[in-house]
Amino acid sequence: MTVFDQIRTIASDLFAIPPGKINAASSPENIESWDSVQHLNLVLALEEKFGLQLSLEEIEQMKTIGEVAKIVEGKLQTTAG
Amino acid sequence: MATESTPNLRDEVERLLEESQWNSAARRLGEFWRAESSSAVAAFVVSRFEKLREKIPLTPFRLAILRSFTVEPIVPLLRAEAFCFGIDLSVHIGDFNAYAQEILDSESSLYRFAANAVILAVQTGDIAPDLWQDYTHLPLNGAKEAGQRVSESLEGYIGEFRRRSPAALIAHNLEQPTHPALGVLDAQRLASQAETVRQINRDLVIAASRTRGVYVMDYDALVARHGRLRWRDERKWLLARLPIAADKMIQLAREWMRFLVPLTGRTAKAVVVDLDNTLWGGVIGEDGMTGIKLGAEYPGAAYQAVQRAMLDLSHKGILLAICSKNNPDDAIEVLEKHPGMLLRPKNFAAMRISWNDKSQGLREIASELNIGIDSLAFLDDNPFEREQVRGTLPEVMVIDLPQDPFGYAAALRDHPAFERLALSAEDQQRTTFYAEQRERAQAEQKFQSKEDFYRFLEQEAEIATVTPATLARISQLTQKTNQFNVTTQRYSEQQISALVENPSSQVLSIRIRDRFGDHGLVGVSITRDEGETCEIDSFLLSCRVIGRTVETALLAHLADQAAARGRKRLLGWFLPTKKNAPAREFYAQHGFELAQQNADGSLWSLDLTKQRIAAPEWVKVVTVNGGND
Repeated sequence: MTVFDQIRTIASDLFAIPPGKINAASSPENIESWDSVQHLNLVLALEEKFGLQLSLEEIEQMKTIGEVAKIVEGKLQTTAG
Repeated sequence: MATESTPNLRDEVERLLEESQWNSAARRLGEFWRAESSSAVAAFVVSRFEKLREKIPLTPFRLAILRSFTVEPIVPLLRAEAFCFGIDLSVHIGDFNAYAQEILDSESSLYRFAANAVILAVQTGDIAPDLWQDYTHLPLNGAKEAGQRVSESLEGYIGEFRRRSPAALIAHNLEQPTHPALGVLDAQRLASQAETVRQINRDLVIAASRTRGVYVMDYDALVARHGRLRWRDERKWLLARLPIAADKMIQLAREWMRFLVPLTGRTAKAVVVDLDNTLWGGVIGEDGMTGIKLGAEYPGAAYQAVQRAMLDLSHKGILLAICSKNNPDDAIEVLEKHPGMLLRPKNFAAMRISWNDKSQGLREIASELNIGIDSLAFLDDNPFEREQVRGTLPEVMVIDLPQDPFGYAAALRDHPAFERLALSAEDQQRTTFYAEQRERAQAEQKFQSKEDFYRFLEQEAEIATVTPATLARISQLTQKTNQFNVTTQRYSEQQISALVENPSSQVLSIRIRDRFGDHGLVGVSITRDEGETCEIDSFLLSCRVIGRTVETALLAHLADQAAARGRKRLLGWFLPTKKNAPAREFYAQHGFELAQQNADGSLWSLDLTKQRIAAPEWVKVVTVNGGND
């Protein structure tokens, strides 16, 4: 599974919507259940799943699933390299 | 990181759910959760278990969490964990840092929620900021006074809570600072920062022990066990008031489970162990007495650690039993003679050493010990045997073991089914009771008639009202007795206390001794007077003394007492469950007439103006009227 697919699975579980309805543009604007508590849950799930720590700035930047994937992929590359 | 198998498990769960294979789906969900207990999969596990409601046996339980920090992300982890132990948790979270108001306000959402249990999770830094971050600003003696104030508030909250709610209360104690404000200097002083926190924690234990149904959770030890530096996440604290690192949240959820499992009664009464590679290293049939690994040094020490953990369990009243595939003579020789063995044959309440199927052995052990299959925990190093038991006997609690034998003892000690929140005298002597029971069974075979055997037993029944010393045991019996139990009503200690206070209800306990020893407190009856009738609300007897006619002695006493209070009828419901068949004929056998029958059960009646129950002549009855125990 690609990083994006893994994030989609996590988001689908947390926000209780089918993975097919989640794309890069999905955001709290168009996903009703994506509230501040679920945002925290998303951060915690990503940190555990990918073994990384997100900074406050990164957490604030995560406004769409596409941005979430970009930040996680970027961090995974720095840790791998 | 996810293992290769987890995506498949996820798909398999979905497939099993679609095919309505509920038990297999629950098993795979449990497996999936154990493989990856993280926030990423908790929502999935919880939502799929919710689909299994009504399909698999789940115990509903209402939990309120009062807190001074963010616990929301921990709740899905807790609920997933609880589902795997057969508990369907409804969780109410108190408002942020509003625990004091919620406890003090009788109208608060806390009390409206009507919880079975309440967790009070307050951090040192929140309840005692002056001790946590402003310690060096405190005047001389200021720390001690600040500590006393905290102790008094905690004691106050406990008392106020108990006045308003009968629910169990689990109070976190306070964690030590990671870095004492004065550095190494702190340890040079008696009135140190660390000591002040320790004193608050001691005071908390005292306050909890004075109030029924209040339990302390050693949060400080939990944090220390996982490492203070790794436990705390200062950034999350500042961002979201979540002080705990993402990967440590599951540890807090598991610690809570160690209270919730015993509170829901889903505990193990016995642990059944394999022998080869579980109690000792190697295979006795191949390696022989001198070849197996068992002793104080590497590598045999891992197995001694398992045995030591089992001894500790037996001191908590958990029975030990063996189910192994060996030649019995080989195995018994090790048990009796190997110098490295900490456990000996006398420590085991039952043994099945043969080449038979393990699920067969487990069934026989449950029946020999007179406990339900769902009261057995199973410890075996072989994943194949574990999987087979999970498949054939899903009720058995199968304990997962890591690859490394040095992790076995911890797996046993960490399992919440072995936790007990209180210990009765009976718990500590249970293994002795079972040994005496074996002698009784041998004696019984020598007698021609049952009556001769009963006379030989010289049973003495002590029927008593409730005392502070017996309250915990009485509540425990109502919680745990499944077989000889006419209504299976469960009562907490607080509820029993309330019944004792109520002038129209009577709570009696029965204690049995005989020539082989003391059975301890083994039976309870609860009756309620209403007009001309006395109704039996509960009548139960531990399986250890079923079939010794002592139930007749207690029932006769009840009937006499009810008549003496001027009651004309003695009524009693029999409410059938999966397990209480042994009590089905109880009322009919004692001359009661069927008065009513409905979907829930049958109501039996005895006319006290015409009939009495004859107490068996071979049971000597002593009545004790409370307070002098």
